[in-house]
Amino acid sequence: MSARDDVFASIRAGLGVRGDEAPRRAAVEARLRDAPRGVVPARGELDLDGRVALFKAEAERVAATVVEIADARDLPAELARYLRDNNLPATVRFGADPFFDGLPFGDTALEVSRGPSEGADAVGLSRAAGAVAETGTLALLSGADNPTTLNFLPETHVVAVARGDVAGDYETLIARVRAQFGRGDMPRTLNFVTGPSRSADIEQTLVQGAHGPKRLHVVIVGASA
Amino acid sequence: MTAVPTSPAFKANASAALRDPDLQKALRFVRGNFIGKRASAVARLPEFDALRDSARAIKDHALAHLDLYLAQWEAKVVASGGTVHWARDADEARRAVLDICKAAGAKTVTKGKSMIAEEIGLNDALEAAGMTPVETDLGEYVVQVRGEAPSHIIAPAVHLTKEQVAADFRRVHAGLPADRDLGDAAKILGEARTILRGKFLAADVGITGANFLVAETGTSIIVTNEGNGDLTQTLPDVHVVLASIEKIVPTLEDAAQILRVLARSATGQDMSVYTTLSTGPRRSGDPDGPKAYHVVVLDNGRSAMLGSKFQDMLRCIRCGACMNHCPVYHAVGGHAYGWVYPGPMGAVLTPALIGIDKGGHLPNASTFCGRCQDVCPMRIPLPDMMRHWREREFERRLSPKTVRGGLALWAFFARRPALYARATDLAMRALAFAGRRKGRFSSLPLAGGWTATRDFPAPQGATFQARWRKDHG
Repeated sequence: MSARDDVFASIRAGLGVRGDEAPRRAAVEARLRDAPRGVVPARGELDLDGRVALFKAEAERVAATVVEIADARDLPAELARYLRDNNLPATVRFGADPFFDGLPFGDTALEVSRGPSEGADAVGLSRAAGAVAETGTLALLSGADNPTTLNFLPETHVVAVARGDVAGDYETLIARVRAQFGRGDMPRTLNFVTGPSRSADIEQTLVQGAHGPKRLHVVIVGASA
Repeated sequence: MTAVPTSPAFKANASAALRDPDLQKALRFVRGNFIGKRASAVARLPEFDALRDSARAIKDHALAHLDLYLAQWEAKVVASGGTVHWARDADEARRAVLDICKAAGAKTVTKGKSMIAEEIGLNDALEAAGMTPVETDLGEYVVQVRGEAPSHIIAPAVHLTKEQVAADFRRVHAGLPADRDLGDAAKILGEARTILRGKFLAADVGITGANFLVAETGTSIIVTNEGNGDLTQTLPDVHVVLASIEKIVPTLEDAAQILRVLARSATGQDMSVYTTLSTGPRRSGDPDGPKAYHVVVLDNGRSAMLGSKFQDMLRCIRCGACMNHCPVYHAVGGHAYGWVYPGPMGAVLTPALIGIDKGGHLPNASTFCGRCQDVCPMRIPLPDMMRHWREREFERRLSPKTVRGGLALWAFFARRPALYARATDLAMRALAFAGRRKGRFSSLPLAGGWTATRDFPAPQGATFQARWRKDHG
């Protein structure tokens, strides 16, 4: 018998099943079809303004910085301000996301490049597919629009997220991804990011800035209601 | 052949641990940090206990239908362009990984933190095959350069002080100024970041573990704080996921339920910094990510736990809360347990995976205080299962003669209540008389093991039964 056959046979022997029982198959199909939400914490169940405020508070708790801008056209200026205020190089790299097309980067002194990172970039810029207010978390999808390497290699990661994409809970985000990619299908990578990288492996002392970005700056884009 | 256990020597290991001043200093950070952080995170979430119930129900459902969900998950992995390798035991898992690495012509293999890799002794096998495995989680990196095993499932170097780590870095990081400052955790981390960045970029294969396998989508999920797992799996051409059969959850929603209790129970964070969902290799048009995605799924004794008294243990999500709250772990640390999984979860899992003849001491390393079960996010009845192991150890006559003799003597009296009452009454009076001056004994015949490290309080002169009869009779 192959290893696969042996493992399945041992599992079925332990459970006392054959594997072809109709009620068991029906239970599995129902769960996959219905995907019940389970217990969703009340704290994220707010209107959009409430969700944005909660996202900001939770992200700041985990040492991210958050600003709101009304118009995407203000993004290059905000990015330049953030880098200047933190004494960081005036350079940025981002992917092919059409969201960035036509933004007035030329009005700033920023040195702009596009594409994935190979490790030499000081600042990465991404657009998140959404955010989760409940825990101050960003959701980033892989692909040419927002290459995954930009999320992890640069020391500074700046993430733009549309105000309307700030969800209260994970379940809303999951439903959105399912609608976009089709039931049962996913992008290569979905990164949930909650604050800048950190480690507490030495004497349980929390240090910010481990192997991933040392700083995470979130720009919420869109006018409030 | 799995990682070689020293669990049969638990008593000697524990004695040595109690006498190790560096270890005792380091263990203070376990007691001091984990417990309070978990308590604050739990206090911030009113739905925490309801989520524990939900998480338990999800895993029970997944385990009861494990064959069906594994088949569904496998089909989705294949459909997304990945490859699944089934391994009955550690040897098969190791061979599967080695074959993938050899086919990729790998020289450097980076690794995110994986307890399965520890369980199958992967690093030794990679080195023997001429490859260089590089642990990238800070704690794992530290124990790798020391030639040690992790002492905790989420904080591998928790048994070390920062002075010890600094000394190791000076020893292994040749070419850096000898007088550089490594006086705090931030400077130690900074040096590791610089050294490991080059390894990430040079690696040919990246190996990670998996916190969950999602049947609905064929997705593997890892949860990390440092970002090392993501660099490990994103930069090389080949990503290998090491998982075991019980990591399955049905849907993404189910994963979200359990994620809500995982980090809170582990480090007291609401969410770990990076929760990464990976499905197959890079897609057409993707400018980065691995070109190949493999999952090695290990059984290694787990399927035999299904339908047994130990099935509930397969709900474990490896948060470490049980050991963080365990007075025995606090006293002796993780290495004393002698195999991959320490603390209460290790005391239950180890005998199941390597045999009660080797792991049988571990279930005895418990005061049955019950804190592990109180804090377990998956509501695993750990003390009950340790008791089951003790019964089996006794049935198989594996417990020492002194224990069996003592129990036989106690049983003789316990079956004769009148004699028991008279004998204990006499003993209590005698002890009370002997200890009347100091109220305690600093040494006692036949109880040297107790009095070597603490005093034995002198009885007050009557047995519990006698006092109960007097007060309530």
